[in-house]
Amino acid sequence: MNIMVCVKQIPDTSEVKIDPETNTIVREGVPSVINPADEHAIEAAVHLVEEHGGKVTVMTMGPPQAEDVLRQGLAMGADEAILVSDRCFAASDTLATSYVLANAITHNNNFDLVLTGKQALDGDTAQVPPGIAEHLGIPQVTSAIGIEVEEDRLRVKRLLEEEFETVEVPMPVLISCSSQINEPRRPGIKAKLMAKRKEIKVWDHHSIEVESCLCGIEGSPTRVVRVFAPTFETDGERFEGEASDCALAVVNRLVESKII
Amino acid sequence: MDFSLTEDQTMIVDLVKQIGEDVLAPQASEIAERGEFPEENIELLREMDLFGIPVPEEYGGLDMGFLTWGLVGELLSYYCSTTGSIFGAHMLAQYPIMAHGTDEQKQKYLVPMTTGEHIGAFGLTEPNAGSDAGAVSTKAELRGDRYALNGTKVFISNAGPAQTYVILANLDPEKGTRGLTAFIVEKGTPGFEFGKDEKKMGWDALPNCELIFRDCEVPVENVLYRPGRGFRVAMDTLGVGRLGMAVGAVGLAQAAFDAAILYAQQREQFGKKIAEFQAIQFKLADMATEIELSRLMYQKAAWLKDEDEAFEKEAAMAKVYSSEMVSRVTSEAVQIHGGVGYTREFPVERYMREAKLFEIVEGTSEIQRGIIANRLLRENRI
Repeated sequence: MNIMVCVKQIPDTSEVKIDPETNTIVREGVPSVINPADEHAIEAAVHLVEEHGGKVTVMTMGPPQAEDVLRQGLAMGADEAILVSDRCFAASDTLATSYVLANAITHNNNFDLVLTGKQALDGDTAQVPPGIAEHLGIPQVTSAIGIEVEEDRLRVKRLLEEEFETVEVPMPVLISCSSQINEPRRPGIKAKLMAKRKEIKVWDHHSIEVESCLCGIEGSPTRVVRVFAPTFETDGERFEGEASDCALAVVNRLVESKII
Repeated sequence: MDFSLTEDQTMIVDLVKQIGEDVLAPQASEIAERGEFPEENIELLREMDLFGIPVPEEYGGLDMGFLTWGLVGELLSYYCSTTGSIFGAHMLAQYPIMAHGTDEQKQKYLVPMTTGEHIGAFGLTEPNAGSDAGAVSTKAELRGDRYALNGTKVFISNAGPAQTYVILANLDPEKGTRGLTAFIVEKGTPGFEFGKDEKKMGWDALPNCELIFRDCEVPVENVLYRPGRGFRVAMDTLGVGRLGMAVGAVGLAQAAFDAAILYAQQREQFGKKIAEFQAIQFKLADMATEIELSRLMYQKAAWLKDEDEAFEKEAAMAKVYSSEMVSRVTSEAVQIHGGVGYTREFPVERYMREAKLFEIVEGTSEIQRGIIANRLLRENRI
């Protein structure tokens, strides 16, 4: 089974810097981590290949520093890594991103399965996985919490709002993984050292044959009006006096606010 | 001189900090309180490949030297002193085999200790032989192609859970240190049993057990280095052991300091945080200075070791200074906490109980000073 895993690096802090010109996130120089849900997608891929054989390729679109999340994928057991990176991809919205990733996936020979995290913690749109599937013209299953191989089909358990759903799909297929699907492994030092020394392929817009007008800011119909970190009021209400009086006052206040 | 870490060292340090914060620290007090060998932590260290840091790659290690080993050991002791000590005691069996073993011995015993599949323990101390290694009375007698061991070892760290033991016995007690011989003994060898596990002032989760040998037969190929050369094996091992003690003391002291500086900024008396009082500030300043000095001392000694230079004097200096430092620092951490510091609600009372051991094991402070003076006089002979 040939599995492509699409991962994303996200800023490691809520203090993200915003480019005032484009209203998009400045990624250069910001400490970044792998999007937590994507770790689950990598774990699912590595686990499937351990059970059924095959190859895991981990891919991300981003600036050169996005290499770090690919190395994490390699340390967790992925066989290959591809960084899709080009200045003209900068500021891509979900449509442009899924277009670029779909082209990169097609460029990387045959695949049976594309795995992604359900959504990224920074943008929180959950639009890229369905976008990739649409661009590839393959079926998609979102919010997976279990994947089983049934001969040439996959049986996927989905987590819905109030119920579970089990579906069967033929391959090739795109599955986005919910974080409940597994517990990602923690790679040891040897795996990390090995991953550090592995070669990472870098593809630009020429190598994956994408139209530059369909990616980056040009290919992105979404216009971000404003991005900001929410401010939290930390000053709570203070009750002073005897403990029993305070407790009563707190309870009354909570009842008033319809919290209890 | 360059104090910066390599990329690989940084990666390892970051990994240990991550497991320390996520797994080790939250359970450290409970493990000590429960007094059970923390098998799950050892399994984690195994999975993270932390047992083979200075071991050559051909035996499954990372070949990254004793400085890196020290950095990891300090962090482990910082997050969970018990785990740090098991990690340190393990090296006492790993190192003599790594330094003096034959290729067969390394394949058979070093490799599984490097993966962490087997835990190691080192047995020198006896009821009447500790500081005085020449007084070892466990006897080894050659019988055909085997040595029969008879005697008792005490206070052996990791004993019980450990599978591989490096044991010092004497071929001829008349000869003192020149009769000493190191043997590799596997757990389960007939005639090798465990005696009582000591009830100690602290370190309840670290086994310190008696080893009892009654006609325990060990094949001649399990002699480490050469018969009669066990003193050399023991001294080399204790050199690394002293380094490990300094490392553990620094980790424990740092944990006590961090608890103290946090508490000092929370506790209010006379209408202000106690950290605003100069009496407390001076304590914190002295504690941090002593910790920093101790850290530099073990790092220098480890660096010398990695450069294949003589490091015994520096290791002894690091050991004696750090072990006395950790007693002072943990005691001050309790003092800064005041009454609550004396309760089991806060970890500092445990740190203080644990600290004392550093002044006693791997050669008491008095023995360390003897070693240092010995070297100094040899270096400055007129």
